[in-house]
Amino acid sequence: MTPEELDRTREREQAADANFEHHVHVCVGTACEALGSEAIAKNIESELKAAGRDGKIKVRCVGCPGLCALGPLVEVEAKDKPADEPATLYQYVKPEDAKEIAASIGGAPATRLQADTRQPFFTRQTKIVLENCGRIDPERIEDYIAADGFQALEKALFEMEPQEVIDEISKSGLRGRGGAGFPTGLKWATVAKSNSPAVSRVPDDILARKFVICNGDEGDPGAFMDRSTMEGDPFRIIEGMLLAGYAVGAGKGYVYVRAEYPLAVKRLRSAIRQAQRGGMLGANIMGSGFNFDIDVRLGAGAFVCGEETSLIASIEGGRGTPRPRPPFPAESGLWGCPTLINNVETMANIAPIIRRGAAWFAGIGTEKSKGTKVFALTGQVNNTGLIEVPMGISLREIVFDIGGGLPEGRSFKAVQTGGPSGGCIPAQYLDMKVDYESLAQVGSIMGSGGMIVMDDQTDMVEIARFFMEFCMEESCGKCVPCRVGTAQMHGLLTRISEGKATQAHLDTLTELCDMVRRTSLCGLGQSAPNPVLSTLRYFKSEYESKLVKDGQHER
Amino acid sequence: MTAPAGPPRPAPAPPAGPPRPASASAAAPTATPPAAVDKRTKLVEATMRRHGFRGNALIETLHTAQEAYGFLDDDLLRLVAKTLKLPLSKVYGVATFYNLFTLKPAGKHACVVCLGTACYIKGAGRLMDTLHRELGLSAGATTPNGNLSLLTARCFGSCAMAPAAVIDGEMTGKIAPDAMVTRLRKLAEDAS
Repeated sequence: MTPEELDRTREREQAADANFEHHVHVCVGTACEALGSEAIAKNIESELKAAGRDGKIKVRCVGCPGLCALGPLVEVEAKDKPADEPATLYQYVKPEDAKEIAASIGGAPATRLQADTRQPFFTRQTKIVLENCGRIDPERIEDYIAADGFQALEKALFEMEPQEVIDEISKSGLRGRGGAGFPTGLKWATVAKSNSPAVSRVPDDILARKFVICNGDEGDPGAFMDRSTMEGDPFRIIEGMLLAGYAVGAGKGYVYVRAEYPLAVKRLRSAIRQAQRGGMLGANIMGSGFNFDIDVRLGAGAFVCGEETSLIASIEGGRGTPRPRPPFPAESGLWGCPTLINNVETMANIAPIIRRGAAWFAGIGTEKSKGTKVFALTGQVNNTGLIEVPMGISLREIVFDIGGGLPEGRSFKAVQTGGPSGGCIPAQYLDMKVDYESLAQVGSIMGSGGMIVMDDQTDMVEIARFFMEFCMEESCGKCVPCRVGTAQMHGLLTRISEGKATQAHLDTLTELCDMVRRTSLCGLGQSAPNPVLSTLRYFKSEYESKLVKDGQHER
Repeated sequence: MTAPAGPPRPAPAPPAGPPRPASASAAAPTATPPAAVDKRTKLVEATMRRHGFRGNALIETLHTAQEAYGFLDDDLLRLVAKTLKLPLSKVYGVATFYNLFTLKPAGKHACVVCLGTACYIKGAGRLMDTLHRELGLSAGATTPNGNLSLLTARCFGSCAMAPAAVIDGEMTGKIAPDAMVTRLRKLAEDAS
C-alpha cells in the first residue's frame, strides 16, 4: 500500500461508515465471548436484516470496552450523537435479547438492559492505548486504517529520520510499561547504536541482524491488560513494532505471546497476514525501501519467560532460563544480535506518540511518569475490568470512583500491584499518586498493571504464602538463591500460617528475604520477597499473632 | 560465537537410559488406529518442515505434537529430536521445563481451575479443597477410571469471572463449589 492508497482506503472506509445511521458494537473479548457474545452479534444482524434495516445500521464485533464485570456488553451509537454524549450501553446481554435491542435502535433505548454510562468508570478514563478497543473490528485492517492507523508509520518513513523517531520517543517521556519503567527512548537509542556482530548464531533463513521483540508473555496472575490490547487492537502493536524497527534499524520482529491466550494469538496472526497482504509488512514497505517482518512465537507456560533474557532463550527454542546481564539484550540479545524488547503496552503507545507528537503525550501524567497506564482492576471491587487512567491519579479514585468501591459494604484493606513481584499497599496510602516512584516508595512496584483489591477478610500471611508458592513453582532453578530460597521462604510462611512458628522463624524469613533479593540472578528471584516484605511492613501484627512462644511448638 | 546455525550434525546417540520410563498406562498411543497415527505425525512433520527443520522450531513443534496427540510420549520426543537433529536431552529438557507440555495422557474430561490472584481472593483455594475432599482429586491428578483430570492454571486473564475454570475447553465463571462438585462428579462417572 502506497501512502496514496492508504489515504484512499481511509477516506473510503470513513465515507462508508458515515453512511450508517447507527453503529452497534458487540464485545468479543475473551470474557464476553465465553458468555456467548458472538451469537449476540449474529442474532442482532439477522434481526436487522429481517427488518430490512441492515443498510442503515452497522454491527461490528469489537475488542474489550473494559467493563468485563457487566459483560457481555453491546453498545449502540447514533451517527448524529453529540460528542460529549455517551453512547447507549447494554449490559448482561443474552443472545435472546437481540430482538429487543435491534428493535430499539433509532427509538427509545431498551431500559431493562441499559448500563449507566455516566458513572465514573466511563467518565474518568483517558484512553490512548485502548482508544480503538471496543471501537474497531480487530480482524479488519481497514477498520484500523479508518481510525488513522498506519499514519504514524507513513509520517516516520517519509518525513522522519530514524534518529528523529528516537528523539520523539525520548521527548515524550514514555517509560517501559512492563513494570520497571526504564525510559523507552534511551533503550531505543542503545539498540540503534549497537553494532551487529560479524559472526552470529542467526539461523540462515533469517537475514536480519537486529531484532525487535514485543513481550506479550503477560504472566502476572490477575493481569490482562496486554491480552485485551492484543485481542482488541492488534494492528496498533504491529505499527508500534514497525516504528521501533525503523528507528533502531531492525529487520525482523517477534511477538512472544502466552499460549494461554488463544484468542490473542489468533487475532495477531490474522493481523500480521493482513498487514503482509497490504504491504505494510515485508519488503519495501509503502514503497519507502524499509524492510521489516513479524512472526508470532508461542510461550508454553513459564512465568520466568517474561524476563527478557529468558524470553530470548525461549524464542531460540530452548529452556527459558535467564542469563546474567550485562551484556544487555540491547547489545547482545536474540542469537547474539542487538535486540530491542518492549512490552505490549509500550509498543501500543508508540504510534499515537509519533502521530500526535511528543509534546501532547508529555502533557499527560506527572513530571516523571508520562502518559497513561492501563490497569486490570480485579478482586473485591464492584467494577471488575480494564481501565486506562492518566499517571498521577490517586489509588482512591481508582478503587472507589472508577472501581465503584468494594461489594456488600466490605471494607478496604489493601490493594496489590505488581503481581508476585509487587506488594500490598494499605489504606493509609489511598491518596497517594500512582506513578513509578510513589509506588516504589511504599514498597510495591507499578508492575505490568494488575491491581487486586483486598477486603478486611483477606489474610495477609496467606497472600504472601500464595505469591511465594507461585514464585517457588515458577523458579527456573538455574540459580541457587531463587531455587532454594523461595522453597525455604514458602516453608517458613506455611509454618507461620499453621501457627507452628516462633519469632526465630520470622527472623529467619526476614533474613532470607534480604538474601534472595540481593543475590538472585534475575528479576523473578530478586523480586520474589517483595510480597513478604510489604506485608511484613504494613501488617506485621498479623504475622506476630500467628507466632507461638519458643518451646510451645512441636518440632 | 563460532557455533554455526543449525548445520547438519550427525544425530547424537541416545542417552544411556531413557529419560523416564513411559507411564504404566502407555497403552493409549498403541490403541489408536494406524491411520490416525499417520495423520497426526504428518501434522508434526509439517510444522518442522515449515521451519526448515531448524532446532529453534522445537517449541513450536512440541505445541503441534501436543495438540495432535494430547500429550508427549517418549517415541514422539525421539522422533522430534531425530528430525530436528537435537540431542534427546535437550528435547526432554524443553518438554519438561514448560508447564503447558505434559508427558502423561490426560483424562477423557479435563477441568482446569484458575489459581490466579483474583480467583484466589474469591475462593479458588477453597474450591480446590472442596474438590479434593469430595472427589479425592488434587491438582494434576486423574480419576482411576481415566475419566477426569483436575488441572490448574496460573491465570486465564478472565478475572471478571473469578473464580473461573475451563471444563473441556469451555470457560465457566463465578463458580459455586457445590455445583462444581456435582458437575464434575457426573463427568467422572460418565460411562460413555
